[in-house]
Amino acid sequence: MIIKQRSILPGFGPTLGYTIFYISLILLIPLAIMFLKTATLSWPRFLQTVTAPRVLASYRLSLTASFLGALLNGFFGMIVAWVLVRYRFPGKRLFDALVDLPFAMPTAVAGLALTSIYAGNGWIGRFLEPLGIKVAFTQLGVLVALTFIGFPFVVRTIQPVLQDLDKELEEAALSLGANHWQTYRKIIFPTLFPSWLTGFALAFARAIGEYGSVVFISGNMPLRTEITPLLIVTKLEQFDYAGATAIAVVMLILSFILLLFINLSQWWSRKRYSAA
Amino acid sequence: MHWKPMMVRIFLISMGLTFIGLFLIIPLAAIFFQAFEKGVAVYWASIREPDTWAAVQLTVLTAAVVVPLNLVFGLAAAWAIAKFQFIGKHLLITLIDLPFAISPVISGLIYVLCFGLQGWLGPWLAAHNLKIVFAVPGIILATLLVTFPFIARELIPLMQAQGIEEEEAAVVLGAGGWQTFFRITLPNIKWALLYGIILCNSRAMGEFGAVSVVSGRIRGLTTTIPLQVEILYNEYKFSAAFAVASLLAILALVTLAINILVENKSRKDIQKSLG
Repeated sequence: MIIKQRSILPGFGPTLGYTIFYISLILLIPLAIMFLKTATLSWPRFLQTVTAPRVLASYRLSLTASFLGALLNGFFGMIVAWVLVRYRFPGKRLFDALVDLPFAMPTAVAGLALTSIYAGNGWIGRFLEPLGIKVAFTQLGVLVALTFIGFPFVVRTIQPVLQDLDKELEEAALSLGANHWQTYRKIIFPTLFPSWLTGFALAFARAIGEYGSVVFISGNMPLRTEITPLLIVTKLEQFDYAGATAIAVVMLILSFILLLFINLSQWWSRKRYSAA
Repeated sequence: MHWKPMMVRIFLISMGLTFIGLFLIIPLAAIFFQAFEKGVAVYWASIREPDTWAAVQLTVLTAAVVVPLNLVFGLAAAWAIAKFQFIGKHLLITLIDLPFAISPVISGLIYVLCFGLQGWLGPWLAAHNLKIVFAVPGIILATLLVTFPFIARELIPLMQAQGIEEEEAAVVLGAGGWQTFFRITLPNIKWALLYGIILCNSRAMGEFGAVSVVSGRIRGLTTTIPLQVEILYNEYKFSAAFAVASLLAILALVTLAINILVENKSRKDIQKSLG
């Protein structure tokens, strides 16, 4: 890394050096060792491990539940962001602050709380049970946990854009005879879309890696309610380090692809935003 | 106002608040309700139980090591990234975000592969009678990895927005580097820094996935508060599990309260500087 522009401020060398040193020491070197460890697995063995039926079932559950959770958050997050930015109502500041609860609340605590309220005798579970809906210890429970932990992302990515949105454009559309829904669909949503997509992808990426809240509520039944991170832990507990590493590498590659996608959509939203 | 937008408004507000109530407020209430269901005496007894108390101490120790280290990192990274232009800056920011994208389980796993018995440094460590994984150093390392972005991420956007003019003026007038930092930069970022520290602290104390992989769950020795919650839950000691969990829930609420406070303060600072 080279200085492009000379600056009179001191401390560039030491601070950048320390930053790179610290990241290398605690993140990059251990990560590299993990990839080296995978290289000692033979290719057929690797393929066999990452495509075993139990592993495939865990991908399916992790991906589907994370995607549906992100969609739910995409829908309700949009409504919550809209309500918090556009309307005034009592307790608004409090609700706004509560949106960050899943960021601040440890995942194990969230998992414990969700399990207790969605269990058959829980506060919400007791109303769902007579309808034949079981949440705790089913795939639906996984969805509930993943929705909870991903909730702040869409709200927090849309909120600033919505706040700065030019009201004149909307007023122009309304005065030209568009109704509210048309204004929303043709003017507001297209402006929000790149940020919405970023929020969606962040919620999705977070949900795929989530462990703490899900292990409580899912019941962890192989082939049915076992998510991929849990399978890594299970393999580790059986001292199958090679198997755990192989699955972890698949997950990491997926995470890197999502991170790339998130960076692209952030870039898109910045471009769209500065053009507007 | 016409009746139709009014209806839409009421409908959207109630839908948004119902979602918040269902997914955020009810779980929060459930923790405290079940923690105190059997009375305050049982609550205190659950927390004072020796294994739980050991978990509290280990958690405080972990945070006491992790937060200062990540504070120094956060300040260094934010100074380099916000105050200077260099090639590869975007890559560096992406690297700082990486722990957000990686599953916490994998963050723990990479240390097991480095320092575990079958791992890279394992045989050497065993020969020298050093233990990192399934011991306290591993818990600290895993927590360090999962929480290092928080302070940096709070500071970088703010310091980028503030620019470098004030610091440049100080340096031109003859201030040294540390003097510039303590007199100019630190007062400008103090509220964001405070929130970053609080957030990093509550995430460090509450980390579950990464820590559970490296901890080995030796009761009274390598269990942190979240792991103790899981152990109690698996032993069907539900009241105790909720009592211990409520400690972390209180910490989360304090974090949110400080977030509100910090936003108020920084809004006032901006208004003051605008005159």
